[in-house]
Amino acid sequence: MPETIVFDRRRVLILEPGRAERHYWRDLWAYRELFVILAWRDVAVRYKQTVIGVLWAVIRPFLTMVVFTIVFGRLAGLPSEAGAPYPVMVFAGMLPWFLFSTILGEASSSLVGNANLVGKVYFPRLIIPASSAVVALVDFAVSLAILFGLMLWYGFWPSWHLALLPAFVALAIVASLGPAFLITALNVKYRDFRYIIPFIIQFGLYVSPVGFSSAIVPAQWRFWYSLNPAVGVIDGFRWCLLGGDSPLYWPGFVLSLGVAALFLWLGTAYFRRTERSFADLI
Amino acid sequence: MAEDVAIRAEGLGKKYLIGHAIERERYTALRDVLARSARNAWRKATDLAHGHALLAGGAVEEFWALEDVSFDVRRGEVLGIIGRNGAGKSTLLKILSRITEPSAGRVTIRGRVASLLEVGTGFHPELTGRENIYLNGAILGMSRAEIRRKFDEIVAFAEVEKFLDTPVKRYSSGMHVRLAFAVAAHLEPEILIVDEVLAVGDGEFQKKCLGKMDEVSRHDGRTVLFVSHNLDAIARICHQGLLLRGGKAVFSGSAAETVEQYTRAGLGPSQSLEDFREPRSPKGDELVAVWTATAEGMPSSTFSQGQSIQVGIVVRLKDGATRDFALVIENRDSRPLFTTHLTDCSAPYSVGGDATFLVVIKSPSLRNGEYLVSLASFIPGSQRICDSVFHFPLFNIAGGRAAFPADRRWGDLYFPIEWQIAPQQRREGNAQATAVLRPARAR
Repeated sequence: MPETIVFDRRRVLILEPGRAERHYWRDLWAYRELFVILAWRDVAVRYKQTVIGVLWAVIRPFLTMVVFTIVFGRLAGLPSEAGAPYPVMVFAGMLPWFLFSTILGEASSSLVGNANLVGKVYFPRLIIPASSAVVALVDFAVSLAILFGLMLWYGFWPSWHLALLPAFVALAIVASLGPAFLITALNVKYRDFRYIIPFIIQFGLYVSPVGFSSAIVPAQWRFWYSLNPAVGVIDGFRWCLLGGDSPLYWPGFVLSLGVAALFLWLGTAYFRRTERSFADLI
Repeated sequence: MAEDVAIRAEGLGKKYLIGHAIERERYTALRDVLARSARNAWRKATDLAHGHALLAGGAVEEFWALEDVSFDVRRGEVLGIIGRNGAGKSTLLKILSRITEPSAGRVTIRGRVASLLEVGTGFHPELTGRENIYLNGAILGMSRAEIRRKFDEIVAFAEVEKFLDTPVKRYSSGMHVRLAFAVAAHLEPEILIVDEVLAVGDGEFQKKCLGKMDEVSRHDGRTVLFVSHNLDAIARICHQGLLLRGGKAVFSGSAAETVEQYTRAGLGPSQSLEDFREPRSPKGDELVAVWTATAEGMPSSTFSQGQSIQVGIVVRLKDGATRDFALVIENRDSRPLFTTHLTDCSAPYSVGGDATFLVVIKSPSLRNGEYLVSLASFIPGSQRICDSVFHFPLFNIAGGRAAFPADRRWGDLYFPIEWQIAPQQRREGNAQATAVLRPARAR
């Protein structure tokens, strides 16, 4: 009998209790096309459904910037950084913050929103929150364009630091994914967890140096202030976008990086530990 | 493990924990967990204070959805899995397709698996047909290159060329299903796992799908695991069968034998009317009881071919308006075979309260198999069906001869038939016979 299918001998799959852990990263790589397609789907749907979708990505950061400039810059009279106009400084800090908050928001509802997939098809579940983060990246690109427009308007020129922007964007994503994975997994198990997310985002907006420069934090507190990973990321963005005169506070930056890495490890570990029961819970 | 075994399951089990408190909740909320643990802590503290023993785990019960199931599927074989709702079929498929982990046992799978537990998984209504083909293909495990290569074939199979760039939300449900199945049908895994997907779509399309499945297994030598309530399809397509009951494998053998075991087993005690009541119109008439008996009134749910069947029905009517009742006998695929009305034999019913009917079907010409009954009550002379339609398996017709194990037959009817082998005749006689026919054909 002619053999029509060539069997790959290495493709022997063994399913046993507690065995799902092995080959996880290899599987993740094997499913990279699904990641691309799901990310593309989320972006396509978001921008297809509404013109508002694009408009929203423009209006939200712009209005926030206006309010922050008035409240912190004018009313409170806080100083800007590196001689940059206050609105530009606020916007440079808002970019990573909105990236963070959008990733958190999109990711946390992504698994529950894709429950039909989780219950019917196998793939490493980490793909779902990760691909929803791509939508945040598209919003980020829109905001970045506004920032450049703003810089032009004020006649403010960035320095060579701008070349490092991709590295800082990657850093912001990494810092966001840790908490995002953690909250996504918790949200599957405890459905009322989603009520906590808007609170985290709102609270975070004020404890992070978005509307003001972290340089105004008293020197003795500045190191501990950097326990908030958003501080390091925002400082990094300002250093990158506002040019060489905005000095980077290195000890705090390194601490923020450490905390972000810890969160990434914690989030991924918790996600993977609970992942096998997702299909039973969802 | 032998080289030609594609799937081997050994002592497979899946356990779910049912907490008495959790049972009633559809999902867990953190506030409940906190409240519960606070309550538990308080109870334990008081127990401790009173010197009682601490009871741990009292509120949690184990439930084995699947228990100690073992089987082998050889390469190129089509295995049909049958069983009633809750028998563990879906759990088994979910384990095999890696959606959920087994709690016990072990499965060894040799080859690339694709599972089709639902038609059109991940279809997005806002995206166009073209976009959904790529999306759905990727979800089912095809690479983009693979989809691009088969794109035209998929579109042709689904017959949606004209609507490729229309969002799927504007598709008719038939087009939707056709497109979804077309993508799935062009998967090229070594092992294909299919769950009850043929329950959708019209008859013509179902036939096309079954044909495709047959082709996939027969010509391409793929291994297929197939779950269906369509016993006819199982008997026709599958080589081997596995019968599940209450999470355990109770029979395995050829497909025809397995189907026969299943139908012979009849309606188990777990089969209650509640499982089949459609919640469509809760305020309508209520079916209180239904049963079958022999023409003499002896309760029975299994009949021999040609034996008369008495169907007893008690319906609680919500008001005293005049009613007609229709009883529809259907085959296992829910295809109606015939309908009988109360008004065929008597005046419409107009008393109200609990109405009891005894309907005798005299010598039904039905083949062996399982049959369903639908009941509708409505106002005579109007098309409006005012009340519920009930739908439930009712009786089996057992017996009938399977000439050989792989006896696969079409159709639902049975007639006493005689085949005679006539003695061989000389050529002249034959010529005469055709000559007799000729004038008739010319007319």
